[in-house]
Amino acid sequence: MNQNPVFRVVAKILFAPIIMFGLYVQFHGDFGPGGGFQAGVIIAAAFILHALVFGLQAGRQIISARVNLWMMVLGVTIYGAVGIVSMAKGGLFLDYTALTGSVGSGQHIGILVVEFGVGLTVTSVMLALFHAFAGFVEDRDK
Amino acid sequence: MVSLVIDIFLLALLVLIAVMVVRTGRLYAVIVMSGAYSLTSAAIFVNLDAVDVAFTEAAVGAGISTVLFLAAMAYIPADEKPSQNRNFLAGVICIGAGALLLLAVMDLPSLGDAMAPVHQHVAPRYLAESGSALHIPNVVTTVLASYRGFDTLGETIVVFTAGLGVLMLLAGATRTNRVKADNRKTAAKTAKPKTNKPKTAKPKSATKTARTKA
Repeated sequence: MNQNPVFRVVAKILFAPIIMFGLYVQFHGDFGPGGGFQAGVIIAAAFILHALVFGLQAGRQIISARVNLWMMVLGVTIYGAVGIVSMAKGGLFLDYTALTGSVGSGQHIGILVVEFGVGLTVTSVMLALFHAFAGFVEDRDK
Repeated sequence: MVSLVIDIFLLALLVLIAVMVVRTGRLYAVIVMSGAYSLTSAAIFVNLDAVDVAFTEAAVGAGISTVLFLAAMAYIPADEKPSQNRNFLAGVICIGAGALLLLAVMDLPSLGDAMAPVHQHVAPRYLAESGSALHIPNVVTTVLASYRGFDTLGETIVVFTAGLGVLMLLAGATRTNRVKADNRKTAAKTAKPKTNKPKTAKPKSATKTARTKA
């Protein structure tokens, strides 16, 4: 927990723009540089900044450890589910064209959903790593 | 020409940072300098027009890894143990391996060579098809998510598994610590309530016994 007003004000101002930038990188990945991996790390950085300044407990109030774990699972599941759905629609595993039947929309939707799954897993894994390392120390020092 | 000058400058900076990392014994400085190393490599990737890789290197290498290293620093002393014995054989092996790598680099095709084997296989198809057939302009994204979608699924699972592994190791440890702390509290309540001094020393021994038991 940091009582310095400069840190607190800057963290509050930066929190939303960092997440906005992360979402831009996430959903603009098929036109510009970026994608799920980078976006996940950027969004996790916003939450880590928040936890660094306002304390781990405050960070855990936004995303609890249990929700964090489920986010990790959900991301991978979304990715795999896209593959299963494309198989159910008569294509091969992860054949996005089979999702809608046309190459243009199918590839777009498939890549967007898959990248969302990647972003969700990366965000939550990075958050979990940070909380695991920092929280272990906090518990030990109690 | 300008690109060459920038490359030489950045590579020289990389070597300088690497030497400084080896020379210094203060681990906080090492962490900050490894972040600087990643940022410099990101600049090199930008200069090579590999913007996606540069983006990842800057976000993961310079950003998150530095924070995670700093968080992990709480476990270990701030200074590196000074090593007395200079192992001569290790030096010979390092220099030998480095020389072999340099020798292998001589055989690589030169940078940007259109006739290099890597540009002869599937790359031309990806470059030609991505924009026109799949309607997605960023070829890196199509290769990553569509052409090599199965690989990326594997990568995501690797990230997931790594996160699970760390959680099982560290979050499990915090739970045993919490149980230990609770036991200590109840023990202190039933016995003597006023034992303030040894409290600071106790947790370490408690974790040690927990570890040896585990």
